Amino acid sequence: MNLPNTPTAVIAEDEPLLAAALRSELAQAWPELRILASVGDGRSAVAQALALQPDVLFLDIRMPGLSGLEAAAELMDAWPTAATNPAFPTLVFVTAYDQYAVQAFDAQAVDYLLKPVQPERLKKTVAKVQLAIAAQAQKAINTIANQTPDTQPLETTLAQLRHLLAATGSGRAAPAPLQYIQASLGSTIHLLPVSDVVYFEAADKYVRVLTAEREVLIRTPLKELLPQLDANTFWQIHRSTVVNTRCINHVTRDEVGKLWLQLHSRPERLAVSRLYAYLFRAM
Amino acid sequence: MKVVLGCVWIGPRQKSKPLLLTTGAGISHLVRSRLSQIFCCAHPARHNQAAMRSFPTFQRGLQAAAFNTAIALGITAFGEHDFFSNLVYSQCIGLSIWLLIDVGQYKLIPDYTTQWRRLFWLVPLCVVMGYLAGTGLAGKLLAHSGYDYWVKQPQKALGFLLVSLAAGGVITYFFFSRLQLAKAREEMARTQTQAETAQRQAAEFQLKLLQSQLEPHMLFNTLANLRALIAHNPEQAQHMLDHMVAYLRATLSSSRTTLHPLQTEFDRLRDYFELMAVRMGSRLRYVLEMPPELANAPVPALLLQPLVENAIQHGLESKIEGGSVTVNARLEGSNLVLEVHDTGVGLPEAECPAGFGLAQVRDRLSTLYGPLGTLEFIAACAGNTRVRVTFPYKKS
Repeated sequence: MNLPNTPTAVIAEDEPLLAAALRSELAQAWPELRILASVGDGRSAVAQALALQPDVLFLDIRMPGLSGLEAAAELMDAWPTAATNPAFPTLVFVTAYDQYAVQAFDAQAVDYLLKPVQPERLKKTVAKVQLAIAAQAQKAINTIANQTPDTQPLETTLAQLRHLLAATGSGRAAPAPLQYIQASLGSTIHLLPVSDVVYFEAADKYVRVLTAEREVLIRTPLKELLPQLDANTFWQIHRSTVVNTRCINHVTRDEVGKLWLQLHSRPERLAVSRLYAYLFRAM
Repeated sequence: MKVVLGCVWIGPRQKSKPLLLTTGAGISHLVRSRLSQIFCCAHPARHNQAAMRSFPTFQRGLQAAAFNTAIALGITAFGEHDFFSNLVYSQCIGLSIWLLIDVGQYKLIPDYTTQWRRLFWLVPLCVVMGYLAGTGLAGKLLAHSGYDYWVKQPQKALGFLLVSLAAGGVITYFFFSRLQLAKAREEMARTQTQAETAQRQAAEFQLKLLQSQLEPHMLFNTLANLRALIAHNPEQAQHMLDHMVAYLRATLSSSRTTLHPLQTEFDRLRDYFELMAVRMGSRLRYVLEMPPELANAPVPALLLQPLVENAIQHGLESKIEGGSVTVNARLEGSNLVLEVHDTGVGLPEAECPAGFGLAQVRDRLSTLYGPLGTLEFIAACAGNTRVRVTFPYKKS
C-alpha cells in the first residue's frame, strides 16, 4: 500500500494542538514524509503502527492508556518477525520534560525531541531517521539475498527499551522486600508467603496472585509490587506477568518464535514477551 | 622499720591539708567517672563492653592513690614529718573517702539527672566516715593512737573536720557544675541541630511548593501549545498567554497566609482550566459553580489549586476519553464548603493518597482554622473522586 521510497510515519500525541504542530513542522523539515495517522493514546499507537507499518513512529512519553515507552515495548512484542515483513519502525520519543527519561535517552543514544519542538533540532532528527531507514533498506536487500533474517537491530532496540523502562521506573527508592501478600477475602485478610506465589498477573485494576492451590486479587499495581520482590526469584516476563523462577519447569519456542513457560505446579502456560526473551537462553 | 614508725607523730596542723586535698581527689574522680559514663552512653557500642566499665573503677583508685602520694610529698616538703608516715596517713584517709564515695554513689545514685541532690548528704557522710576510718587505720598501721588526738584536742579535730567538709562541698559543687555545663552544651548542640533541621525542612518545603506551582512538564507543554497557536491562531494564542500570565502571577505572588474573595479564587482556577483545556481539547470539561452571594467570601489564596491539579493530573490525564471536573461552593450552617469533584480514573484503594498537594492544603487549613478547617477525601471505586474542604465562613 505504500509507494516505494515514500517514507511514512505515525504520530502518537495526546494533545491535539501539539500533534498538528508536529505534523506541520515535519512538512517543513521532511516534505516527502507521509503521515499515515495521528493518534492520542498509547493503545491506539500500537494498533495503528501494527496496521499501517510506518517507517517512523513519533511517540509522546506521557499519554493516557499506555505511556510511550510501554507502547513501544508492546509494539515490539506484537511485531511480526518473518524475514519478508517490513522492518520495525524507527522510534522517536517526544517529551516536554522528563528528567529521568531524557537522561536515559542520552545514555541509550535513542533519538528524542523536546517540546516545544525546535525546527533546527527536528532537522537533525530527520537526518538521523533517514540514515536509519536507508541502513534498514540495505539490510533488507541483504536479508532477501541470504534468506536469513537479520535480527540484530531489533535486539539492540529491545535492549535499549529495557534500559529505558528500568531507568524511568526507578524514580523512587526501593522499599523493603515483601514477606507476605495480604489479600482480603470477604471480611478476612489472608497472608500468603511471597515464596508460595507462582506468578502475579496484572488484570485491569487488580493484580491476580496465583499460588499452587489458589488465586487471590490484590489492588497494589504490579509496578509498585515489583521493586518489593526479590529480583533473583521473581522475573518479569511480560508487561503484565511476574513469575517465580522456582516454579518454572521448562520454556518452549513455538512456530512463530514466541516463548512459552510451562510451570511445575499450575497447568497454564505463560507467554514471554520479546522484551524479556533474553532471560531465557541456553547456556 | 618498726622503730621509724614508732617515733612518727603527725599533728592535726599537718593533717588538715592532706584531708582537704584527698577529699577533693576522691570527689573529682567520682564526678569524672560519672562524666565518662554519661559520654559512654552516647556510644552504645562502648557502653556495652563490661571490660570498659570495670576498668575505670580500678583506674580511678590508681589516680586517687597517685594524688594522695603527691599530697604526702607536698606535706613532707613543707612540713616537719617524714615522707613515709605522711604517705600512710594520706593514702589511708584519701582512699577511704574515695572508696566510700565511689561505692556510695554507685549504690545510692543510679540516675544522676534526677538524684544528684543525694550528693548533699552522701559527700559529707563519706568525708566524715572516711576521715575517721582513715585516721584510725593509719594510726593502727603506724602503731600510735589517733583516738588520743580526739581526746586531747577535740575542738581542733572537729574544726579541721568541718573545714574538710566545707572544702569537700566546694569541690563537689565545682565538679557538679562542670557536669551541668557539659549537659548544657549538649542541650545547646541538640537545639542547634533541631533548628538546622527545621530550617532545612522549611527550605525543602519551599522548593517543593515552587516545583509544584511551576511543574516543568505543565509549563513546557503549555509553551509548546502556545508556540503551535502563534502560527495558526494568533488570537487564541494571545488569549492563552493572558491566562498563563494570570496563572503565573497568582501562583508566584500568592502568600500562604493571605485571603482573597471566592470570586478571585474561581477566576484563578478558570485560568488554569483554560490552559489545560487548550492542551487537552475535548478530553477536559469543567464547571465552576458558586452562588452569587458567596462571591466575596474570604478564602485562603489558591487553596483549591492543588486539588484541581490533582483532579486533572491523577484523575483525567491517564483516562483516554478524559472527563469532567466540577468545583462548587456552598454555605452549610456557619461553614463554607468547597468541593472538587472529578470523573477520572479514581483510586484503586479507597484511601486518602499521601501526596504533597493534599498535605499542603491540610496544613494550611489547620494553620488558619485549627480543628475547624477540615479536608475530606471521598474516592468512589467507580472512578469518581471528590475532595471536600470545610472551614468557618467569616463575612469580609
